[in-house]
Amino acid sequence: MTDLQWADLSNQAIAAAGVVYFLALIAYFAEWSSLRQVDRAREAARSSSYAGAGSVAVATGPERPAVDEPRTDRVAMFGRLALLLLGIANAVHFVGLVSRGMSADPNRVPWSNMYEFTISGTFVVALIFLLVQRRWGLSWLGPIVVGFVLTLLMVSVIWLYDSTGPLPEALNSPWLVIHVVSAVLATGAFTIGGMTSAVYLLKRRRAGKPETGIWARVPSLDRLDLVSYRIHSFAFPIWTFAVLITGPIWAHQAWSSYWSWDPKEVWAFITWVVYAAYLHARTTAGWKGRNAAILALVGTATLWFNFIGINYFSTTSQHSYAGAVPAISTVAPAATTIGG
Amino acid sequence: MTATETRPTTPAPDPGRRAGELNALEALRFAWRQLTSMRTALVLLLLLALAAVPGSLIPQERVDSLKAGQWKEAHETLTPIYEKLGLFNVYGSPWFAAIYILLVVSLVGCIVPRTLVYARGMRAQPPRAPRHLTRLPAHTAYVSSEAPDVVLARARAVLGRRHRLRADAGDGTVSAERGYLREVGNLLFHLAVLVVLLGFALGSLFGYKGGVILVTGTPWSNTLTQYDDFVPGSLFSPTRLNPFSFTVDDFDIQWLQSGPRAGQARGFNAKLEYAEGAGADQGPEKDYDLRVNHPLSIGDTDLFLIGHGYAPVITVRDGAGNKVYSKPTVFLPQGPDFFSFGVVKAQDAQPAGIGLEGFLYPTYANVDGNPVNLNGDDLNPVISMKVYTGDLNMDTAQSVYVLDKSKADTVPGQPGLDTLRIDLSPGQTVELPNGLGSVSFDGIESWQRIQISQTPGKWIALAGVILALLGLMGSLFIRSRRLWVRVTPTDHGSLVEVAGLDRSGGADTDDVVSKLVARLQPSPDDRPEDT
Ligand code: HEM
Repeated sequence: MTDLQWADLSNQAIAAAGVVYFLALIAYFAEWSSLRQVDRAREAARSSSYAGAGSVAVATGPERPAVDEPRTDRVAMFGRLALLLLGIANAVHFVGLVSRGMSADPNRVPWSNMYEFTISGTFVVALIFLLVQRRWGLSWLGPIVVGFVLTLLMVSVIWLYDSTGPLPEALNSPWLVIHVVSAVLATGAFTIGGMTSAVYLLKRRRAGKPETGIWARVPSLDRLDLVSYRIHSFAFPIWTFAVLITGPIWAHQAWSSYWSWDPKEVWAFITWVVYAAYLHARTTAGWKGRNAAILALVGTATLWFNFIGINYFSTTSQHSYAGAVPAISTVAPAATTIGG
Repeated sequence: MTATETRPTTPAPDPGRRAGELNALEALRFAWRQLTSMRTALVLLLLLALAAVPGSLIPQERVDSLKAGQWKEAHETLTPIYEKLGLFNVYGSPWFAAIYILLVVSLVGCIVPRTLVYARGMRAQPPRAPRHLTRLPAHTAYVSSEAPDVVLARARAVLGRRHRLRADAGDGTVSAERGYLREVGNLLFHLAVLVVLLGFALGSLFGYKGGVILVTGTPWSNTLTQYDDFVPGSLFSPTRLNPFSFTVDDFDIQWLQSGPRAGQARGFNAKLEYAEGAGADQGPEKDYDLRVNHPLSIGDTDLFLIGHGYAPVITVRDGAGNKVYSKPTVFLPQGPDFFSFGVVKAQDAQPAGIGLEGFLYPTYANVDGNPVNLNGDDLNPVISMKVYTGDLNMDTAQSVYVLDKSKADTVPGQPGLDTLRIDLSPGQTVELPNGLGSVSFDGIESWQRIQISQTPGKWIALAGVILALLGLMGSLFIRSRRLWVRVTPTDHGSLVEVAGLDRSGGADTDDVVSKLVARLQPSPDDRPEDT
């Protein structure tokens, strides 16, 4: 295959992945609406069996009135379908990534501009979800994950798309692989952690309201807090490795200074400090729970702001995919850079 | 950790005094406790994150002085205010320092006592079982037909493998604890943060960063005067410069000729010949391919290839026919296509000084009458320069890359131009009007920008972050918990109570307790995973 064909394949695969993610989202919505029907049926069953109007439904309580089988089956069926579609979409997404790398001469990892970072980041978010959803009981998070991935994928195709090409010289280093893999992995995990924290806050606000539909499947607040913490504590060391170890080592090689307060570095540091604060908050009386969850969301916000936003606010970044023309000056020759 | 949390934050009230009255010592102790509390650490961390923000949005003098300068010119009213607030040098400003120094003090104040507590507690036995196990958050109880001794023995065996057991746990109970290393990890992490700061501080105090633009073939030796720019740390002393010298013999570059990124350059390689030492101590000549991402280390000094460009060789002869200027002239690229800007200053020319200012087109083409640059490669180089004459104001300090035209005169030239413009290809010469002289474009060379820096403490900082990461993993992933089993005899066997207390914040203690219960059952078959 020629480079051009690989590039076409990549674009098509990304588009196809988008379509399948969309189908997965629809399947999740179908699951959701079947859940509501189950609720309604259950409600009906309950009011006919006893008049416990004031009782609050308990998520997994055994006292649930029996519901007719086909309805619950339908929920399970749509749930499985959604997961299957998500898996297929993720596989196609992966094809898109690989062929993107193959389309460059010489072949390379698909991480040299914002478009490529975004399609990689979204891939990892979906992949992590697929891998951990069962173990951590996160299947209820599916619609949010897919919605997020789909949105960002569209943003990247519409606004961030960039033609393929060889790596800029400064990126041409084994550290690229180590640094980016860890950064993208941590980003994916933190993103999912942000979602569970957001759901925590939403669920908290609903406290006392009946847990119907999708809410019935969301775990208890304590459990949510625990899951969020586990995700964050998984991501935090990886992030530390990415931005405070491999990043500086590589920066030292490429730009001669392991830490130069470049805007990307600053924001990676801010993200790190915010998540350190999150970990502290979880063990500080008065900050547990709600405030910690808010901090986790602040962390997610700084993370994605750094990923995409900072490129539009600051033009001094040395991170070449920020797309800035190499800064050249008539007074300060210091600003001439190689390879962006 | 509970130790920091449950400490009273206000001193116990003294009945003999009015409320709110503190003596100096108490006030001090109060302040210290506040400072070293977990909440303060949290707030300081958030402050640090917040304080780092402006530096990423406002151009920083030490990061990009050019951008900072442009910003200042564009914002006349804000600039003095920002300057007062140190917003052009956020990471060196007193208020930024105040935050991290407070954080360090708080950290030390937090870590030292905890280390002492830990050192004392390291050999301690797991605590006795609380009287009411059912009051613990994770607990359960069941009735067994086995005799209490059997259950207890099994509990000891099951827990003893992965836990420390209390020797004198007393009648009918087992106290177990595990995860002592978690606290070690946590302490290690926080101490390592200090190590990183130390390494970083060494680098910024004793290190330096300098740079030089060299036309290929120009020898260079490491003395202060040879640098184009030099930014020393505040405690840097020139005696720390390593003696060495080098020459870039050759510079290779590859231009992409096809594909979507045609015109982009890659594969930069500056072939360096260098020797350590100076004068009589000079060592043997060595070769090194200096490339992006492949710095050269000589002693404590690192050399990096960070930029390149073209240096057209320009010769100026004056009215009397004397060569008044003849050398490769560094032109600065204006963008990725290496369309470049440069100046020539021949003040000594007779009868009048000659100044040139203009552009280099590495691959010149005439498209519909307009000059354009097609490529960064020097396939068809053309220089297009405006000519000035008279006083070039060379007595005042000025950049070699800027022509001061404030006192200079224009030269009559083409209609519609403020002054004469000359366009030259390599090998061409043009006579200037009014007997001023001539300008020749003899050829084109390349220049490289080499960054030369010393970063003492970088290995300390690296060791620090690695230790921090190890500590962090210990602190986050080692499960620290206490488990208790109490067995009370009953008529038909025993009542077994099991309770657990998680100290790591990330564990599902209910799950741990139920797994333990499963393992306390008589049948050894299909035991669930080790707790
Ligand atoms: C430079 C500033 C600091 C940074 C970057 C930092 C970072 C962290 C991180 C990432 C954790 C989570 C790892 C873990 O759970 O062990 C942590 C935990 C902890 N930090 Fe800090 N910290 C800082 C300052 C402080 C200070 C000043 C104190 C004392 C007041 C402190 C006390 C603690 C404690 C007690 C824990 C353990 C929490 C637990 O048991 O889970 N830290 N810190």
